[in-house]
Amino acid sequence: MTEIKHHLTDALLMGYAAGTLPEAFNLVVATHISMCDDCRAALAEFEAVGGEVMMTSESAEMAEDSLTATLDKIANAPSAPKVRPRTSGLFPTPLQDYVNGDLDAVKWRKIGGGVSQAVLPTSKGATVRLLHIPAGTAVPDHGHRGTELTLVLQGAFVDETDRFAAGDVEVANEDLNHTPVAEAGMDCICLAATDAPLKFNGLMPRIVQRFVGI
Amino acid sequence: MLTVAKDSAKADAAVALGRYGPEKACHSGVVRTKRLKKTDPAKRMMWVAHVVAIRDSEDREAFAELFAHFAPRVKSFLMKSGASPDMAEECAQDVMATLWRKAAMFDPAKASVGTWIFTIARNRRIDILRKERRPEPEELPWGPEAEPDQAEALVLQEETQKLGAALAELPEKQRTLIEKAYFGDLSHSEIAAETGLPLGTIKSRIRLALERLRHVMK
Ligand SMILES: [Zn+2]
Repeated sequence: MTEIKHHLTDALLMGYAAGTLPEAFNLVVATHISMCDDCRAALAEFEAVGGEVMMTSESAEMAEDSLTATLDKIANAPSAPKVRPRTSGLFPTPLQDYVNGDLDAVKWRKIGGGVSQAVLPTSKGATVRLLHIPAGTAVPDHGHRGTELTLVLQGAFVDETDRFAAGDVEVANEDLNHTPVAEAGMDCICLAATDAPLKFNGLMPRIVQRFVGI
Repeated sequence: MLTVAKDSAKADAAVALGRYGPEKACHSGVVRTKRLKKTDPAKRMMWVAHVVAIRDSEDREAFAELFAHFAPRVKSFLMKSGASPDMAEECAQDVMATLWRKAAMFDPAKASVGTWIFTIARNRRIDILRKERRPEPEELPWGPEAEPDQAEALVLQEETQKLGAALAELPEKQRTLIEKAYFGDLSHSEIAAETGLPLGTIKSRIRLALERLRHVMK
């Protein structure tokens, strides 16, 4: 894989380490970290901060029979879960868990302009979808109400800010209006999460939006 | 003073990790750490040896000591994150039971025992309070069977120690903000908005500790 240029923000890494991000964001973060050793190391730091915060705050008194109850749980629990083997294919393991397979298992739905999407099941609060953008095609010009994370899995796209290739993640907020265009050559496949609906700037896409639920 | 503490920690670590026979490892750790401060690297290495003792010989004594130290903090963490006392008790027990079951997966060159338990508690909190799946990054290719390098493990414990010290030295207000982020009182956008404070703080005042830690973990 080529070198990753666009990484997760500290706020996202801290939120993932703390366990406070919505599930849809967690999926993008876990998928990026599966591809990026830098962010994996940064995550370990933020987890170490969490460990220190937990260990230095005051302690709560345990129930009287707590240790015995725990030993009973251990005696009755199934043995340790096996480490999942790394899956092969385009999608890193956490994404394959949500798709129930690799690229060929995705159930695409056309959303206009040649672009297809597949919304993945997560809890409320944010949504996450796979996007398939044919080479050379633009995703309609849009802004954001909340935060949008876009992780490139295959191909590359270019917008007003920069070029994003496989492994890169773009973190967009309210300030950014952009028109991502897939580069010529290879179709672009992205994993995108939002915690609020996108705002399309043209009339037509807004009507489309109502039907496809972006 | 510093060098002395460091050397004794190293000696301890060598004993603790060198002999995986649990009795000797634990007991030497226990005796030594009685004279040391609560958060010393030597103590951290003792916890590592305890997890190894559980992994290798299902050592209940080692488990009881880990339980006495960590379970009350896990419970407090869960209560501050919004769990009722009963739920926090139940969860803390689950977390400690998971520590036993996953002892073989613990890698002291990657995390301190406290960090590892924090991640287990965090995941349990997401399970119970939010009833959600937690997508995890895929495992790195090296297996947990490989014995971690003892020197690496010690350096990691020392660096985590320094990180803890750096956090403790933060002004109260900044420390509180970081705690809020981990107890779930700040959303992601709030963390991002507060960047000037806790993360900016981490970047300047704790940067060195974090950088060393990152270097060690690579
Ligand atoms: Zn990264």
